[in-house]
Amino acid sequence: MTGSHDDAHGPGHAHGHTHPRQPDIEDAPLTHHQLLALAVGDLLIEKGVFGADDLRRQIEAMDSRSPAAGARLVARAWTDPDFKGRLLENTNTAAAALGIDAGAIPIMTVENTPETHNVIVCTLCSCYPRQLIGLPPDWYKSRAYRSRTVREPRAVLAEFGMNISEDVAVRVHDSTAELRYMVLPLRPAGTEGMDEAALAQLVTRDCLIGVAVPRPPDS
Amino acid sequence: MSAPRFAIGTPVRIRRAFPPGHVRTPWYLRGLAGEVCHVVGDFRNPEELAYGRYNCPMLTLYRVRLRQSDIWPDYRGAAQDTLEVEIYENWLEPAAEQAA
Repeated sequence: MTGSHDDAHGPGHAHGHTHPRQPDIEDAPLTHHQLLALAVGDLLIEKGVFGADDLRRQIEAMDSRSPAAGARLVARAWTDPDFKGRLLENTNTAAAALGIDAGAIPIMTVENTPETHNVIVCTLCSCYPRQLIGLPPDWYKSRAYRSRTVREPRAVLAEFGMNISEDVAVRVHDSTAELRYMVLPLRPAGTEGMDEAALAQLVTRDCLIGVAVPRPPDS
Repeated sequence: MSAPRFAIGTPVRIRRAFPPGHVRTPWYLRGLAGEVCHVVGDFRNPEELAYGRYNCPMLTLYRVRLRQSDIWPDYRGAAQDTLEVEIYENWLEPAAEQAA
């Protein structure tokens, strides 16, 4: 461990400057809620409610969720109009039909059209359809994104590289109660010959939040 | 499940109230008018659940659509831009009641 830095530069190599020490996680004090979570976890294990391995597996499962599930739903909706109808009607049951567990919290899919662009935010906290998209990016939880997306959505979208035409309505969904939201983007032009698996590759996390739109592969 | 008080398309106003507690109604929308765009269903009131009252009565949840230009008088965007938000029935009143 101690030798790794020197090794990277060659033994005995003096390079004329010092590097700042990389802080360890433990360098900052635990917050109240971090401490609480650790204590409750320890107690539940100690009392035999579940084992340490159960806890680890649950964390691993949470971390392994990714936007791939949401992308599969979008690609199927693009290629199967009946499925699209079911997805818009009830996203959780539509997902189950593809073997995707969307969880117990109802998820609502909102459809982009040539007239309307949808974007998702949670001003109160950071509600997010984790089961279908995975963990939210840090910016989704930032105060800047949460306050500015409802206040000046077009300016925020422009910073993500999207300039929405004035004749397209921007519809912001403030996700503050029981539902979680996922955007069904428009299928990009020039993808007519692509199969479902290839289409799913075009759908990124940001497309499902509504701060980006899918691009055809050659763009 | 009782019939929802507000049907889709009904003009409603989000109550302008500032009670303490676990309130899911965003501050910036209180007192503003919009229309019901979706009756989501019946859920337990989060203001009660937050204090452990798990058997509290069910409450209808709506999604309300507001015009951005009604939320922000200086809104710089298109006139057709909107915002949709979930509001529980106890936070809604008919828009006409308080129009003044």
